[in-house]
Amino acid sequence: MAADSRVSEITAPRVNLRKSSLFRQSLRRLLHNKLAVAGFAVVLFMFVLCFIGPFFSPYTDNKINMAMMNKAPNLQHWLGTDALGRDILTRVMQAGRISLTVGLASMVLSVFLGALLGAVAGYYGGLLDQIIMRIADLLMTIPSLPLLFIFGALLSEWKIKADYRMYIVMLMLSMVNWPGLARMVRGQMLSLREREFMQAAVVLGLRDRRKLFGHLLPNIVPLLIVMATLNIGGAILSESVLSFFGLGVMPPTPTWGNMIDAANNILDFQERPWLWIPPGLSIFATVIAINIFGDGLRDVLDPKQKR
Amino acid sequence: MSEALLEVKSLKKYFPVKQGLLGRTVGHVKAVDDISITLQPGETFGLVGESGSGKSTVGRTVLRLTDKTDGEVKFKGVDIHSLSAADMRLIRPQMQLIFQDPYSALNPRVRVGDAIGEALLDHGLCTRGEVRELVLEAMVACGLSSYHIDRFPHEFSGGQRQRIGIARALILNPELIIADEPVSALDVSIQAQIINLFSKLQQSKGLAYLFISHDLSVVEHLCSRIGVMYLGSMVETASRDELFQHPLHPYTKALLSAVPVPVPRLKRERIVLKGDIPSPANPPSGCKFHTRCPFAVEVCKAEIPLFRDAGAGHFVACHLV
Ligand SMILES: Nc1ncnc2c1ncn2[C@@H]1O[C@H](COP(=O)(O)OP(=O)(O)O)[C@@H](O)[C@H]1O
Ligand code: SF4
Ligand SMILES: [Mg+2]
Repeated sequence: MAADSRVSEITAPRVNLRKSSLFRQSLRRLLHNKLAVAGFAVVLFMFVLCFIGPFFSPYTDNKINMAMMNKAPNLQHWLGTDALGRDILTRVMQAGRISLTVGLASMVLSVFLGALLGAVAGYYGGLLDQIIMRIADLLMTIPSLPLLFIFGALLSEWKIKADYRMYIVMLMLSMVNWPGLARMVRGQMLSLREREFMQAAVVLGLRDRRKLFGHLLPNIVPLLIVMATLNIGGAILSESVLSFFGLGVMPPTPTWGNMIDAANNILDFQERPWLWIPPGLSIFATVIAINIFGDGLRDVLDPKQKR
Repeated sequence: MSEALLEVKSLKKYFPVKQGLLGRTVGHVKAVDDISITLQPGETFGLVGESGSGKSTVGRTVLRLTDKTDGEVKFKGVDIHSLSAADMRLIRPQMQLIFQDPYSALNPRVRVGDAIGEALLDHGLCTRGEVRELVLEAMVACGLSSYHIDRFPHEFSGGQRQRIGIARALILNPELIIADEPVSALDVSIQAQIINLFSKLQQSKGLAYLFISHDLSVVEHLCSRIGVMYLGSMVETASRDELFQHPLHPYTKALLSAVPVPVPRLKRERIVLKGDIPSPANPPSGCKFHTRCPFAVEVCKAEIPLFRDAGAGHFVACHLV
């Protein structure tokens, strides 16, 4: 039946990994980079911990227990409890879910926007290029953190419901991150367009769509993978900073940033380090690990971009 | 009346020379300056000249990879520089190009089979089900093995890549193939194989070639007519035998004297050209060749020699002929 063949066409693996020698080669080279492998392991560990860990916890992240306020780490609460008697470990894991999700989702959105707009600008040029790149320039001239602060303050002013803030923070982060990506993709497009195989594509009379998706984009995928990876780290960090200042995701929804904010007085800071060290260390380890992994990917996929 | 497959009339391509901050045009590189070529279906024409004489620009302008400055390019009677983008796309499969550098002409991220078959699909010339069979057929015709189909270009040698490029053009069943120095980037041992492939395909498919080379010996076996270019202008055209046996233009004679001959007895006197090819932005007055011509006389500096018929379809531009 026609429907069946459609289904098998869609489900048949389009990229046969065994055949794909480019992929295998890259993977082999990546596995040789011990630091990158370690980075990946840490990232993987954080993901598993945050997304699976809470199922094994006897506590829930917002369960208040006045009898157990501000307890130091002990056998029941491995990382202690906070001022409302909530289990820190559980909250760190729950917060990780939010922080990692915000990082991932905003990365996906900014890579999508950046790649699409950058590719269109670089490929078609002309007025479209001018419009897209001027908007990108505008967004890039304002340092991203102050810009985010302004957005965040506006959100608080407009009394956006706390549940929605997480999604709006994702959007905000994408808004400040796509211009850099778009500019890089555009540059790549401009140089790829001059390559001789694109002349060949013209002589063959290929459609624009095939030139773009069949020839140009596959050549920027390595760059995109690297940028996307590094972008997650940046987004997690920005989200944490925002939340720390109370401008990002709001309590009671825990994120690593607003958990550190809970220890914002000198007493908590000095006397109860279990309040801020676990979320702080989580941010630190995750972001560093992502960046190390991203650098390793860059070395493998995009040797020319080496810094 | 039999219609010419390709008719190039007084083709000119000038590249502006820009200078300064504002990009003011201060002059022109006359890369192609009044070139005419007529090619019948199935005919093979060799375009020869030193590097920088404008051969590639002729090929690129004929294929409308760049716009012309002046003149006319007619393919089967259609002025291709006046076609809309959509019509141009439709006519493209009939006129294909083989590149000089087989390394840069293939996208490193596209599998060989996809590179060869994609244009067929994109033009709707076959169905998804048929394409693999057709690709294999073209690959085998070009001396590639069928197991090469899923590989990436970097796994191939230069000669094999050139075969891939040829298969990619051939699968579209073109009537005209422009080959821009397709063997000059290859090892000498491989060159003969690729030239043989061109020759075999020409015979089996009745292709017309515009075969570009800086080396007369390369076109000798392949082309029935040969044109010699110097600094953007044609200086001599003749049938192959006529050109090799009775070269008239001093530049052609110089090029020929560098071609090794199998029978030493027939060895031509060696004419060594002095100096380099002058800049096409500032070509010599009169006969452009006079700065290097061993036979130059006073009139050569002042007057441009006409491109005249010397009889028997032999055309030449020289005051002394
Ligand atoms: N895109 C271009 N812009 C400016 N000058 C060019 C361009 N392409 C070719 N030229 C000039 O035109 C002349 C002829 O070049 P080309 O056609 O490549 O010669 P050939 O193929 O015979 O070596 C050269 O002087 C070259 O510098
Ligand atoms: S016209 Fe004069 S300079 Fe030109 S080729 Fe003939 S003899 Fe030489
Ligand atoms: Mg050339």
